Amino acid sequence: MKAFSYERASSPQGAASAAASHPNAKFIAGGTNLLDLMKVEVETPNHLIDVNRLKLDAITDTPEGGLSVGALVRNSDLAADPRVRNRYGVLSRALLAGASGQLRNKATTGGNLLQRTRCYYFYDVTKPCNKREPGSGCSAIDGFNRIHAVVGASPKCIATHPSDMAVAMLALGASVQTVSPDGSARTIPIAAFHRLPGNTPERDTNLEPGELITSVTLPPPPPGVQVYRKVRDRASYAFAVVSVAAIVDRRGGAITSARLAFGGLAHKPWRVPAAEQALAGAPAATASYNAAADLVLAGARGYGFNDFKIPLTRRTLASVVGEAAQAPPARA
Amino acid sequence: MARRSATRPAVVERQADGSPAPTRRGVLGAGAALGASGLVAPAVGTAQQNSEPADPPPSMLPVRLSLNGEVRALTLDSRTTLLDALREHLKLFGAKKGCDHGQCGACTVLIDGRRINSCLTLAVMHEGQAITSVEGLGSPEHLHPMQAAFLEHDGFQCGYCTPGQICSAVGMLEESRAGWPSLVTADLTAAPALDDAEIRERMSGNICRCAAYPNIRAAIGAVAGRAA
Repeated sequence: MKAFSYERASSPQGAASAAASHPNAKFIAGGTNLLDLMKVEVETPNHLIDVNRLKLDAITDTPEGGLSVGALVRNSDLAADPRVRNRYGVLSRALLAGASGQLRNKATTGGNLLQRTRCYYFYDVTKPCNKREPGSGCSAIDGFNRIHAVVGASPKCIATHPSDMAVAMLALGASVQTVSPDGSARTIPIAAFHRLPGNTPERDTNLEPGELITSVTLPPPPPGVQVYRKVRDRASYAFAVVSVAAIVDRRGGAITSARLAFGGLAHKPWRVPAAEQALAGAPAATASYNAAADLVLAGARGYGFNDFKIPLTRRTLASVVGEAAQAPPARA
Repeated sequence: MARRSATRPAVVERQADGSPAPTRRGVLGAGAALGASGLVAPAVGTAQQNSEPADPPPSMLPVRLSLNGEVRALTLDSRTTLLDALREHLKLFGAKKGCDHGQCGACTVLIDGRRINSCLTLAVMHEGQAITSVEGLGSPEHLHPMQAAFLEHDGFQCGYCTPGQICSAVGMLEESRAGWPSLVTADLTAAPALDDAEIRERMSGNICRCAAYPNIRAAIGAVAGRAA
């Protein structure tokens, strides 16, 4: 690990302006991803700004009937909050599907959004990686790419985003609140928060330098049954190969509305409005699910070892939407 | 690439100037000493030219930790993880370094009663919090009920993961008592019963390479049953 100086921030704006005045600074909250990456010198900040003492750890009701989740709310606290369990079951399930009990006690809402990819080559500093070292090349495209993207990738990078939480938040239509070094605040819809790799895979998100996440807002839950399904190589404590967050409402044998977000497919949590529109009004039947899968996977391509993700996504989508459409219209 | 790591803080303690490893500063110091004795001074300049750009100097910080009910004052390199502070500076070897990357759970300790991986957090981040390592749970004369249950149910073979398993189990039972759900909880809105499947899921962050899992679950289940 490279040496770094350390400070404790006492206000969100103070943290943001401290980050702006140190060109190679990082915020540290839970630290479970950052310190892991610092140990292998993928991340080499020379200054850490500890934001843990900022009072950003509350979950509060919003006037609109949603929830405001402070950036420092731990993953375990968010998953266990009775309001989340009752009304946002897909989020609770996604959080509980991620990491381990110990890590969830540390990991924060803001930090979870900022997790970096688990691409093996990103972690291996002896291999080219455009995300870690722009311009050095992508080792995954012609390498072992079992966990890599099948949609939204670029010739520069086929990494995936590892978060479960963010997938559920995308299905729920969450938004991210931030503060900038100049003190200004802004709100970013979560669909516009993470980026596709394009020519700049080194940028995971649309945050500006020094910008600090302060909270995530969940709008009132949409009607319907909420399901989170995570397909992975072992039953617990593993990253998703493919995951689906679904919120499906129906009347009789027809789906009236559907929201679907996917993890493990792309450089960011993946949501295709056209697929959801195709499901709205369609019968709860396999043909409908296949038509939706065609739209989710439009332009999909495998890179060899990850070819299986394309049929796996189709089957998981059908299974999850089928389960949601048949569940009693109560809660997740 | 210069590989200096806070994972070797024993070196920190051996360096008179507080630097953490055989650093350039250490090399230069040695070179200067050699130069003073009239031997190989030019080697210093050569070493400098061939090196990568200078790393920032180590940042030494005063850190007060509340550990197992006692306040301990240390001066630590900012890079020192909580695990290294416990093992290498405070000489408490209960928490183990297994993977050092948050994957095995052998380093699990409790912070204000909550279980965490001590390898993935910095010691300086935990000033003012109550840290409990396995040494603070019980003593050989007065075992914590979880320690006694691991003995009774033979919940280990080699024992390396055991302190982490025990700290994790103690924290996990508190989470269960607080009504926290897990991934295998069927109804998110009800208080879950801690059956075998729940224990298995909730303890998945602790790996046992001897695969003593059935006995570990039995030990935890026995304590959970007694407490219920």
